[in-house]
Formats: sequence, C-alpha cells, structure tokens
Amino acid sequence: MKRHSSLLWLAVGLILLVAYNLVGNPAFLKISVQDGHLYGVPIDILTQGSRTMLLALGMTLVIATGGVDLSVGSVVAIAGAVCALLLNSGTSLVVTLAAAVGVGALAGGVNGTLVARLGIQPIVATLILMVAGRGIAQLICGGQVIIIDRKSFEFLANGFVAGLPVAPLVVGGLYGLTHLFLRRTAVGLFVEAVGDNETASRFAGLAAARVKILAYVFCGVCAGLTGVLTAANIRAADANRAGENAELDAIFAVVVGGTALTGGRFSILGTFLGALLIQTLAATMYFRGVPPAVAPVPKALLILAVSLLQSEKLRTWIASHWRRKEGAV
Amino acid sequence: MPDQPLLELRGITKRFPGVLALSGVDFTLRVGEIHALLGENGAGKSTLIKVLTGVHPAEEGTITLAGRRVAPASPKEAERAGISTVYQEVNLIPALSVAENIALGRQPGRLGFIHWRAMRRHAREALARLEIDCDVDAELGSLSVALQQMVAIARALDLRARLLVLDEPTASLDEKEVAELFKVMRRLRGEGLGIVFVTHFLDQVYAVSDRMTVLRNGQLVGEYVPAELPRLGLVSKMLGREVKDEVGRTQPSDTMGAKVETPLRDAAVPRPAGTVLLEAKGLHRRGAVQPLDLQLRPGEVAGLAGLLGSGRTETARLLFGIDRADGGSLILKGQSVRIGSPRDAVRLGLAFCSEDRKTEGILPNLSVRENLIFALQAKQGAWRTLARAEQERLCDHYISALRIKTADAETPIRNLSGGNQQKVLLARWLATRPELIILDEPTRGIDVGAKAEIEQLIAKLRADGLSVLLISSEIEEIVRNCARVLVLRERRPAGEIAGAEVTTERLMQKMAGHA
Repeated sequence: MKRHSSLLWLAVGLILLVAYNLVGNPAFLKISVQDGHLYGVPIDILTQGSRTMLLALGMTLVIATGGVDLSVGSVVAIAGAVCALLLNSGTSLVVTLAAAVGVGALAGGVNGTLVARLGIQPIVATLILMVAGRGIAQLICGGQVIIIDRKSFEFLANGFVAGLPVAPLVVGGLYGLTHLFLRRTAVGLFVEAVGDNETASRFAGLAAARVKILAYVFCGVCAGLTGVLTAANIRAADANRAGENAELDAIFAVVVGGTALTGGRFSILGTFLGALLIQTLAATMYFRGVPPAVAPVPKALLILAVSLLQSEKLRTWIASHWRRKEGAV
Repeated sequence: MPDQPLLELRGITKRFPGVLALSGVDFTLRVGEIHALLGENGAGKSTLIKVLTGVHPAEEGTITLAGRRVAPASPKEAERAGISTVYQEVNLIPALSVAENIALGRQPGRLGFIHWRAMRRHAREALARLEIDCDVDAELGSLSVALQQMVAIARALDLRARLLVLDEPTASLDEKEVAELFKVMRRLRGEGLGIVFVTHFLDQVYAVSDRMTVLRNGQLVGEYVPAELPRLGLVSKMLGREVKDEVGRTQPSDTMGAKVETPLRDAAVPRPAGTVLLEAKGLHRRGAVQPLDLQLRPGEVAGLAGLLGSGRTETARLLFGIDRADGGSLILKGQSVRIGSPRDAVRLGLAFCSEDRKTEGILPNLSVRENLIFALQAKQGAWRTLARAEQERLCDHYISALRIKTADAETPIRNLSGGNQQKVLLARWLATRPELIILDEPTRGIDVGAKAEIEQLIAKLRADGLSVLLISSEIEEIVRNCARVLVLRERRPAGEIAGAEVTTERLMQKMAGHA
C-alpha cells in the first residue's frame, strides 16, 4: 500500500509540473508529425531522458540490494571512449556494441566483487571506479574529444523507426523486459530478499553474494549502453563530460520512484516515472529560459518537494492538523 | 498507602486495520507493586504497553497516573510523565559509553560543552542506586545484555520514572542474571515504584510479582494474586481452555487438528539399528566448540542442551555451514560431505531455524507468502520459479496446518506476532521437505499456546520420519521432546543421555558438571 501511495504522489508531482508548463506554453504536450516522424516536446523529453532512464534502471537493482553504484557516470565515459576507438578503426557496429556492453559488465563485475565478496562499503567500492574511470576514459581518448563519424551509430540515439524515436523505444523495451524477467522469475524476489535482510536470505540457502554481483553487473551493462547512447547523441566521445553527474540523477530517479536506499522492495515503474520527472523538469527550465548555471536550484527544490510529498511523517502530520481544524469547527 | 493506585487504565480500546487489538481493557497498577502482564501472543500485551508508552495512542479509554489524566502521544511524552520502558532488545545506543547513554539527551553542559566529569559521576551514582558495578566509560555494546538492561533501568530512574515497564526483560538472561534483575526490581518496589512486568516465564511471574493481569484476544480476563491462582489456573485463563496438567505438560487436544494423546517423546519406539542420517566426527572450531561427535537418526528428536554460552548455537552453525569448521568430518547417509555454506546444507536436505528470528530469520518487509516459499525457491534456484498458484497452495496448506494467524498471505511478515512469525519460518523449512531440521530455541519469546503447538509439530515431524535436532535453554522442553540429548558444557561435550535417563535432574547434573 505504501508503495502505491509513493507512486501516486510521484504521478501527482509529474502532473503538476506538466500543468505548470501548459500554463505558459499550451503546446507543451502537443505531438505532431513532421517528415513522417513524431515531433514535439514529449518526444524530446523521452529521447533526451532515455539515458537517465537507462542508468536508473540498472541503479534500481543495485539500490534494491541495499547498495549504490557511484561509478555509472564514469562507465558511461569509458563505454563512449571504447565506441569511438573501435568505430574509428573500422570495427563493425555490432562488435562495438558488444564491446560497450562487455566493458559495462566488467566494471559491474569489479564493483560487485568488491562489495559482495570483499565486504567493502558500496559507496567506497564504487567511488574507486568513479574516480579511476574518468582517467581510464581519458587514456583511451588520448586526452581529446574524439569525433565519431558513423551514421548507423548516430541513428541509435537520434534516429526514428516507423516514425518513432529509436532511443526511447530501446530503453522502453529494456524496461519491459527487465520487469518481466524480474517478476516472472524468482530473481526479483531474491534481489528484494537480499536488500531486506541479507543474513536471513543467506541462512535460507540463497547465494546472496551472487545475487548482489549480478545486480552490479546489470547496472554496469546499463551504464555501458548509456555510454553508447551518449556518444551517439553528440557523435563524439568526451571523457570529461559524458555521464557527468549522471549517477546522481539516476539515484534520484530510483529513490523518488519508491525504492528505499536501505534496500528491499523496488519499483521499476517508479524508477521510470522518477527519471521522467527529472527530464520534464530539465525541459521546463529550458522553456522558461532558466540559465544552465542556475538550473540545479529548481532541481534541488523539486527533489525537496517530491521527498516531502512522499514523507509518510509529513502526510500524517498534515492529516492530523486537518482533522483537528475540522474538529474545532 | 500500599494499595493506592499509581496508574489506572480504563476502557482502553485500540483498533488496527482489520483487528480489534484491545477492547475496553482495564488495568490498575498500585504504588510499590510488581504487576505481571500476561497473555498469549496476540492477547494485546504489547499493544497495551504501546498505548501506555505513547507509541500507539488509544482510540478510547483513559489513562490516569497518580490521579492526573495523561494521554502520552509519544514515548518521549510518556517518559516526561514518568512512564519509562525497558525493552527486550535494549533501545539504547550500543556505540556510546554507559555514561553517555544514561545522560543521552540531557548531557550536563558547561559553556556549551559537555561536562564529561559530571556526566560520569552522575552515571556512577545512577548505577550505584541499583548496586550495579560497571565501568561507565565502557561502550554499551560491549556489555552483556543483562548489564545493558541495568543501564537502561538506571536511565529510566534517572528520568524520574514513577512507573517502569519491563517488556520481556529476562528472555536472554541466564539464571544468575535473572536473580540479579529480580533483586533490583524488588528494591525499586520498596522505593515505591510501580513495575509492569511482561514475561512468558511463569516461574518468574510467581517468583517476583504481587499481582497479575491476564489478557486474552484483546480483552481483560482478570486481575489475580499469585497466591490465590495456581499455575494451572493461570494457564487455563491465558489459553481460555481447560488444561489437564501443569504448564509443562500442556497438551491442547486440538493443536494439530487431530487428537494427540501420546506423549511428545516416544523413547520406546524401536529404531532400526545403524540408520544414521547425519554423523559428525570430531567437529570443532576454535573459540566456538571443542571436538564433538554427534549422530542424528531419522524419526528421532535429539537434543542439544547446555547453559547459555555452552556452544549449542555454535554447533548448529557448524552443522549448517554458517561457520567453517576447523576440523572434523560430516557423514550424510554414509557419504562424506562438505558443507561450506547454508546453501550447501539446504541442498543436502538440512534446515535450520535460527534462535534470532529478527536478524537471521524473517525478511521483515516481504509478505508471508514470500517468506514462506523463500527457502524452497532458493533451493530450486531462480530458473525453476515456483508458479504463483503453487506458492499460494503452499501458503494455504501451511497457514491452516500450522494455524498461522495472519490477515492473508500478502501481509508483510513483520505485522505478525512472534509466534506466528516463527510458524511461518517453520513452514519455510518444511516446504523444502528437509530430512534434518535443526531448531534453535524454537519457542523462545512466544506464548504458551504457540509453544505447545510447536512442540506438537516437532512430535509430528518425528513421526513422519524426520530427524530433528532441538536446542533449548528450557530443560523441561528438552526433557519433554528429546529421546537423546547431547549436553554441552563450556564449549565442549559433557556427555550424552538417552532414553529413560533423560530427566531434568540428570541433565542439570551434566550441565553443572557433576558425574
């Protein structure tokens, strides 16, 4: 019940934000067809938001096990650099994609092993790769922004299939598959059990460490794919800027989506809505002409507002005041 | 003066979604009285305590403390009014020192800094009042549970408590510590404090309390004086049914759905010689237990007895692969096996119900269903997922077979009472169809009724051909259930007793180190 109310408040936040936009810009929700492609603000939000959504998808599992992965932003940069290196030396797109996914999986494997086998605190364990990862990406890029000139690659981020944007289609598909996989098999239960009470899950015969490592590997794979989307979007690998602060957006999306940082129950749909909220806010600021330097402030305010809406304590407090007032009348 | 009421609860009613937890309950505590609050799990004891201490304000009813109406809306308000609580799991901060814990929230200050010397002196005085000798600079978490409780009581007194609620304070204390606690309780009674004493140990009720109030199903059964209500009567009040014998031998005839007239233990059943399910030879681990031999047979309840800290749980953890043994061998059905993790153990058909339900047993926020099928699902692995219909069938089966009281299978397990959580955990293991089940204190902290049900279940498992290893600090429980007992003393085997030899006296002798 608590989970549902958390989703509900998130949806309310999203609707309020959209309503605010509609007041200043009645065409905010308008979708039209241009050159046979869907076109409009909602499409932009989905396309630009697909990267945060993908990162947050992986982050959801890690957070559900009671951990966190700070290294995803750096993994985005590494995967982008690997793409640039391979594509510019004439490697096929398929091999390049496989390499990006592999790099992500490897990073996740390292993180997961540090956390689950060596018992290092997740924040510390993933901080290592967060810091080192940028350096690795720089090494691959040779300290420069590498332009990628491959139409088929750019298509992944900015192309359209049957009038629909590719990136949101891919990410949406991954959300659906992940949800089905987690809820149709027992993997979702195992992840929640490890996050809820790791000792008890282990004592009941679960290979808890393996479940945790798997969550980090999945998170790494999502980060690798996000690296592909990021590089394809700007047609370049930028070791410094790619995925910068992306881990924070991903964590925020997961947490406002109703998955507690302490682990346990997770909500894939909640994460999706959380990421959507962040991107809608970014679009809002763009349309309202908020300078990028100031943008973090409204974002912080939104985070505060959503957290307050979701706070059970605050809601109880307000409800009791309401009742007291009514009683007085 | 002695009969003057200190606290009066009148007509307390409290509802939770779907449950009437308390219905018009009265409770009176007099000045300088130790008053036992008794009842089965789900009787409403904890709810009444929570109403009294402001955790869950009541919907109806009044609380009068020393003639003044109070309505504590939080534990803090209750403390301010003079109502302090000491819980089974001490609710202080283990990483802080004893002195800091006693002063917590009211540290003596000087120029905006903590006045450490005053704080230490103050703590020493508070402990001296209880005649407790303990280093006030020690980290609280490094002390024994018994001492931690004393610190909690000292803190309560320091807050000028007029009324002390002791919620299951003796659950993890040994006999000496219990005696020490009682001494303190009697001293405080002498000083005019009122003490509400919640416990499951009837011996202790009769040893220390002046009055007892019995609740059942959220209603008041009555208030009694120990001298006028013998144990048998008390138990029947608590259970709401006629009981034939002393509490120890309680056998509600409807426990497992069928009439069971046979004694729980059946030493006379002939066993085919030589069929050993699991044999441990020279199993040992440094700091845990010295080399020991153990044989577990199908269709037998074996016991592992000993005082607290004698190495019982440590032995179980070695058998189940939670801790690595330093040496020794395990032979399962004639085959030498290596059990390196609980996962190995589960796959070999072992099950282990931990004594620590909260941290090693339940998945608190997951549903009864998820908790119940968890071990089976873990055993099968993620790819052989149990169909939802199969999960529900298992839940229905065990909820009715073990009489698990829950709103439905989707309720989070943390909402269940301790006894019902324990039953879900038993069901979790039974669903894996184990050949050996190790039960570590399966009846700790649960009420008489659920206790009897669990013992009845043990008898049934034995009859079904399972091998059961029972660990218990209650000697009577071992005597009632076990045909063979390995006694541990100071982390080494002190001998095995079997058949008619298994008596309270023999066990005590072995534990204490005679003969």
